[in-house]
Formats: sequence, C-alpha cells, structure tokens
Amino acid sequence: MSVPASWYLVLAALLFGIGAFGVLTRRSALIMFMCIELMLNAVNLTFVTFARSMSDVGGQTTVFFIMVVAAAEVTVGLGIVVAVFRRRASTSVDELSELQG
Amino acid sequence: MLSMLYAIPDVLVFAGAALLILGGGVGVITMKNPVHSALSLIMCLMGVAVAFLAQMADFLAAVEIIVYAGAIVVLFLFVIMFLGVDKSLHPHVEPLVGQRWLAGAGVVITVAGVIALMANSHWVSGVLSVSTGGTALATGAGNVTQLGDSVFTTYLLAFEATAGLLIIAVVGAVLLARRERPEDADGEAPDESDEVRESETVGVDRAFDSAEEVES
Repeated sequence: MSVPASWYLVLAALLFGIGAFGVLTRRSALIMFMCIELMLNAVNLTFVTFARSMSDVGGQTTVFFIMVVAAAEVTVGLGIVVAVFRRRASTSVDELSELQG
Repeated sequence: MLSMLYAIPDVLVFAGAALLILGGGVGVITMKNPVHSALSLIMCLMGVAVAFLAQMADFLAAVEIIVYAGAIVVLFLFVIMFLGVDKSLHPHVEPLVGQRWLAGAGVVITVAGVIALMANSHWVSGVLSVSTGGTALATGAGNVTQLGDSVFTTYLLAFEATAGLLIIAVVGAVLLARRERPEDADGEAPDESDEVRESETVGVDRAFDSAEEVES
C-alpha cells in the first residue's frame, strides 16, 4: 500500500508555511520572489496529491497552468526588480517608500 | 509497525522527498547569500519533482525540473549575478522589533488550522471527480497522453489564453528591463532617438568602410 495522501498534504502545508514566513520576514525582493515560488510549489503538490487520490487528471492540468503563470510572473517580477535596482541600487523592499503618504 | 502498513520503498521515497523539500525550503529563507538561497530552491524543487513522480505525475515531474530548475532558477541566478550580491540584507538584521515572532506565530496558526481542517474532513475536499469518469491515472507515457488529451480538449481555451499571457509577459519584461538612454529624460526623445539612429547608421557605414579597406 502506498503512502497516504494526507502525508503529502501535511508536507505541502509545511512548505507553504516556510514560504509564507520567508515573504513576511525577509527584506530582499529576490528572496521574497523565491519564497513565492515555494508557496506556488506547495500548492502544486496539493493539486497533484488530490489528482492522485481522486484519480482525476484535471488536477495535473491545473498544475501545468500554474507553472506557466509562475514563469510569466517571475519574468515580469525580475524585470521590475532590475528596473528598481537601476534607480535605487538596492533590492531591499524597505527602501521603496516613494509612494507613502 | 510502519512497514507493516505501507510498502517500505514508498515510505523511503516520501521521506527523501520530504527531506529535500523541507531542507531546501528552510535553506531558501535562512541563507545569507542569495546565490545559496537559489541553490536551496533547486534542492527544494528536486524534492517536489520526486513527490510528483511518486504520485503518478511523470510529465509534471519532468516539467518541474526543466522549467523550474532549468529556467526559472537560472533566471534568478542571472539577476543575482547581474545586480551583485547585497551583503547588507542578511537575515540577522531585524528592522521591525518582534516582526519575526509575529510572523512565526501567524504562520504556525495558519498551517495548524489548515491541517486540523483537512484532518477533520477526512483529507478530501468534497465531491468526487466526474471529469475522467473514474478512469485511473496512468504513469509513464500514458500519463503524458492523458495530460495532453486534457490540455488540448477540455482546457483548450485556457491553453490558448496562456499563449497570450506569455507574450504579454515577454513584452512587459523587455520593456521593464530596457535601459533608457540618459538623453530621453530631457523630453526631447524623438529628436534624440533620430540622432541616435543616424549615428548608429553612420557607425555601421564606417564599419562597412573599414571592412572594405581591410579587404582591399
């Protein structure tokens, strides 16, 4: 008998927690992007687990689309980081305070 | 006792994947150097790929390594190298006092709540699926066929939409990362760009001239 789905769901929840903690505490925009990738992968793992436990390929298709969106998000996000770095010479999100009232 | 319940290879694969995923994830948020964080991210993604393989998602496991570890992390590394490593942002600096404890408490409460919620609903989300009519998930080449069938029939519209999304993302990234010339800031952009274009063509002509001179 193979490993139950609940183990993978707990693992995915822990990975999501790690990613969320990173986004909340780290200051570098690059590290925050990596933590967003961690959270996206946790959700992907949940989708694949449910696809297995319900024998439905739709969950895997959703993961396929999540990967495409993640690639697009990283491309635009890193473009923004490079553009910001060109003006501020820093990737710290604390120093981006031009818009505060 | 565990080995009586579940097959030992499956448990070992799960343990390995969990070790890679959690170790990589913790590495991403604790490493001082962004390059090391990116390498930890690769480790975590490898673990996710192993977990995909163990759960009959063969195609997605391959895509996970090719797209994530092969393209996205390389993009991260490229930007890190391009910008230079920022040593002032190491994780031991805590600008907001108590932020880390609050974030940790919030994350622990959320994750524990999600796990408790799933355990109380017997780990299923609701109604059983009807889209495949109860046919089992295949592995290997069969999995690729199943996924291809699904993407190009049921989810064809979403697939076409992702093509538009990727085009928009590429154009946006090029526009964002393009270096503006300092002359453009003066508000005389059209004239300046014309001059630049002329000077560029002059440069090309000169290059051709010098090439001809070399030939003659």
